[in-house]
Amino acid sequence: MNNYALITIIVIYLVVLFYIAFLGEKKRQSKWVNNPYVYTLSLAVYCSAWTYYGSVGIAANSGINFLPIYLGPVIAAPLWIVVLRKIIRISKQHKISSIADFISLRYGNSRFLGALVTIICLFGTLPYISLQLKAVSETFEIMSDDSSYVSTTVIDDSTFYVALLLAIFATFFGTQNTDASEKHKGIIATVAFESVLKLVFFLAIGIYVTFYLFDGTTDIYNQISTTENFKELTTLSGVEDGFNWFFLIGLSFMAIFLLPRQFQVSVLENNREKHLKKAIWLFPLYLLLFNLFVIFIAWAGKLTFGSTQNAEYYSLLLPLENGNSFFATLVFLGGFSAVISMVIVSTLALSTMVSNNLIIPYGFLDKFIKNQPERNSKYIKNIRRISIFTIIITAYFFYVSFSKELSLYSIGLISFVIISQLAPSFFIGLYWNRGSSKAAITGIIVGFLIAIYTLILPFTLQAYTGTDDFTQYGLLGIEALKPNALFGIDFLSPPAHAFFWSITFNMLCYSVFSLTSKGNYRERNYAEMFVDSNNFSTLQDSALVWKGEAYVADIKNVLIRFLGEKRATRALTIFFTKYKLPQDTQLADARLINFSEKLLTGSIGSASAKILIASVVKEEQISLVEVLKILEESKENIVSNKVLLDKSNELSQLSSKLKDANEELISKDKQKDEFLDTVAHELKTPITGIRAATELLMDEEDDMPKEIKAQFLKNILQDSDRLGRLIHNILDFEKLETGRLHLDMQYQDLQKTIQKAISSISQIAAKKEVKILNKNPHAFNTNYDEDRILQVLTNLLSNAIKFCTAKTGQIEIDYKLGNQVMEISVKDNGKGIPEEDHKFIFDKFYQSQDQNTRKPQGSGLGLAITKQIVEKHNGKIWAKKDVKNGAILVFTIPFK
Amino acid sequence: MKKKILIVDDEPNIVMSLEYTFKKQDFEVFIARDGSEALEILKHHIPNVVLLDVMMPNVDGYQTLKHIKNTDSLKDTKVVFLTAKNKASDIEKGLKLGADKYLTKPFSVKKIVSEILELVT
Repeated sequence: MNNYALITIIVIYLVVLFYIAFLGEKKRQSKWVNNPYVYTLSLAVYCSAWTYYGSVGIAANSGINFLPIYLGPVIAAPLWIVVLRKIIRISKQHKISSIADFISLRYGNSRFLGALVTIICLFGTLPYISLQLKAVSETFEIMSDDSSYVSTTVIDDSTFYVALLLAIFATFFGTQNTDASEKHKGIIATVAFESVLKLVFFLAIGIYVTFYLFDGTTDIYNQISTTENFKELTTLSGVEDGFNWFFLIGLSFMAIFLLPRQFQVSVLENNREKHLKKAIWLFPLYLLLFNLFVIFIAWAGKLTFGSTQNAEYYSLLLPLENGNSFFATLVFLGGFSAVISMVIVSTLALSTMVSNNLIIPYGFLDKFIKNQPERNSKYIKNIRRISIFTIIITAYFFYVSFSKELSLYSIGLISFVIISQLAPSFFIGLYWNRGSSKAAITGIIVGFLIAIYTLILPFTLQAYTGTDDFTQYGLLGIEALKPNALFGIDFLSPPAHAFFWSITFNMLCYSVFSLTSKGNYRERNYAEMFVDSNNFSTLQDSALVWKGEAYVADIKNVLIRFLGEKRATRALTIFFTKYKLPQDTQLADARLINFSEKLLTGSIGSASAKILIASVVKEEQISLVEVLKILEESKENIVSNKVLLDKSNELSQLSSKLKDANEELISKDKQKDEFLDTVAHELKTPITGIRAATELLMDEEDDMPKEIKAQFLKNILQDSDRLGRLIHNILDFEKLETGRLHLDMQYQDLQKTIQKAISSISQIAAKKEVKILNKNPHAFNTNYDEDRILQVLTNLLSNAIKFCTAKTGQIEIDYKLGNQVMEISVKDNGKGIPEEDHKFIFDKFYQSQDQNTRKPQGSGLGLAITKQIVEKHNGKIWAKKDVKNGAILVFTIPFK
Repeated sequence: MKKKILIVDDEPNIVMSLEYTFKKQDFEVFIARDGSEALEILKHHIPNVVLLDVMMPNVDGYQTLKHIKNTDSLKDTKVVFLTAKNKASDIEKGLKLGADKYLTKPFSVKKIVSEILELVT
């Protein structure tokens, strides 16, 4: 075909595309643009020239090995409903504009990470775009009659002009809006249209070749099965091939998520989540249809041309060979469609990344702050436009310098391997909140370097030096460092090999660094938001309890610079209405900061938005803000947990106090009951005696002997006295116990009080012939209540007398000065107090269990009362331990 | 044959009244000041009735009763508690342990006599 005719067809085709894009933009709301089929077809941007031409080449040369690249996405599709939906949701919530934005935001809006991801995407996509240009160039050559004409300079190379045209197209429809998170409906419409074209044309050529040129699939099969090495082409050869397949499937599985153009169409251009439901079965179906005739075209080509032609272009060569230039033109246009959609969507995605994650945050921010809104908007658009042109032109030069020697298939795989380096930080970060930015950065860089070493370096060196020494002998001749057989793994194909090693080390670095280092507050906040995306709104609103000071007016000014007066005002009105804040709010809160960052993210990327907003926030000193934010980081986890913990501790303390109090009350009650029981028992005993004796004495019929009568009367008297004493003691004790007794403190001589006590008890002592010795006759003056201390002394003395044996009994009373206390002791030579009783002798109604003698006539309250009186004087009372003969009771009275 | 009674109480004044009363009723009276003394006496004598206080030092009334109930030779001996413990729960406990009667202090001498005579005739 004539060159000019071909160019005319191309131009007409481009005009048609322009028109479709234009219509798509104009009817943005129409259901023709917004439906699941358009969405699914736009996903088919995956099928680029590589698919269109490259698959046939692989099928011809190495059989069914073209399949794994499609199996990955087919396996991924069912997972979309979970994974892709989550990604879409997060991206919408955060107004994400590219995969670089997505990853950098996940790791706390890391500016460096965003730039790194952009660079990876550039490295991964540029060769890919150049692959497309190569396909255009080569098919153009095949199509044109003038095969003798070989372009020598850029100026007369038609590919260069095609590239320029594509750049113009991408620029025109890709930068209509400053906000890159806005949908590009026009472009998507053309992509969908082209997806239909390329499939239909490819199926058409398949049918044409299979059923027109040959006699159906069986005919082709029968013919090809007679050729040699047929078997190799249709079967897997052993475990090594299995590994290759495995890694290639994994590679394409990741690519369907991570390729910038796939992220663009599947996430950013997604209108409704429910479109996914259709896509998960329709897209695999599309891929299936696309691959239906690949193998037959390949075999047909092989049967027709042997190995004289480039197998990748069999689909074009076959109709030409048979003189059907109409079919050839259809095929050419189908391939051209695949190229255009891939190049345009890729450059669109890349230019957004380059401008938002590379150029703006690293150089233009200062300028933007000073500029007028219209100028800012123009600046941003221009940066993107220049980026688009630069990318396409760079890709063109890459093609000129490298791609001519490489097959479409191998360039495609290089791109996949490089892009796959984003996988660990992307996928793991989506479900594991520990993944940190340091880990992501390290993993990506390490993986990328390995990919370069194993995949890019070999062919680059070969292209420049012309030898394959590097591949043959390894770096510095070290066997283990052979780029295609690292550490002796030599059975994998170069891309699978590169993928295996790079992704292994990437993941290793990612996991190790994530586990060993902890990100800052911001990182963990975003990690939480991404991992727990359903809980997003609460996390977002409470993410930053922000104590800095910022004025709404300042923030508004920033917003106006990028959105214009009208949009900024409207956005703020909506914000204030949503959170029920007054429209004239002066101070900005954390929610407004977040909201504004989000608004700007679409225009200039999240990292830049964060920097910009931070610039108008008064408290820029990171130290204070950082400290505050450390406090508020994962608020749920720390602050509220702590508050909760404190509260619950407080409560449990309170409840245990209550329990104690209750137990004390119960025990007091029980003690009181026991006390009353005992008191009643003690009172009843003398009454019983009195009653019985009186009854007997009253019996007139009984002539009771006189001595017995006298004894009964004596008993009555005794019991009455006992009763009186008991009542007196009980009242005393009750007074002391309830603290109602007030001491009458007087400055007086203790010696005199001791003498009084001795004389009051002397009669009883004399009766039992017990001696009482006063060991210390010195006077000593101090403050005490004499009546009460007298009671104490009498109690102790009468107790001592009680336990002494008659006649031999001897009691010594003594006192000495201790440390700020007067220590008074009463010693007897009675039977002593058993060791186990020491603790209890001061309890009320306690009586030794080991009384061999008749029970002493006590109230059982004596020592209890004594103890109370001593303690009321702030003194102590105790029985001395380890006393050999008898007992020593000691009490103290403090003095000043 | 003279009826035998063992009075177990640690209050001498009360014991004196009881001793006098039962001697008048022609009882042979044994006296113990606590459970252990009572058990000693019971080794050599088998009284018709034991009048038992509860709260006593060393071996208390309950333990004494248990011992009597476990001694074959004393199976015909009646046991009567005579105590100041007059709560319903105390009475129930005493009867459950096997006492034949439960009398409370302070008591009427005549009433005690009639109760005891009722038991032993």
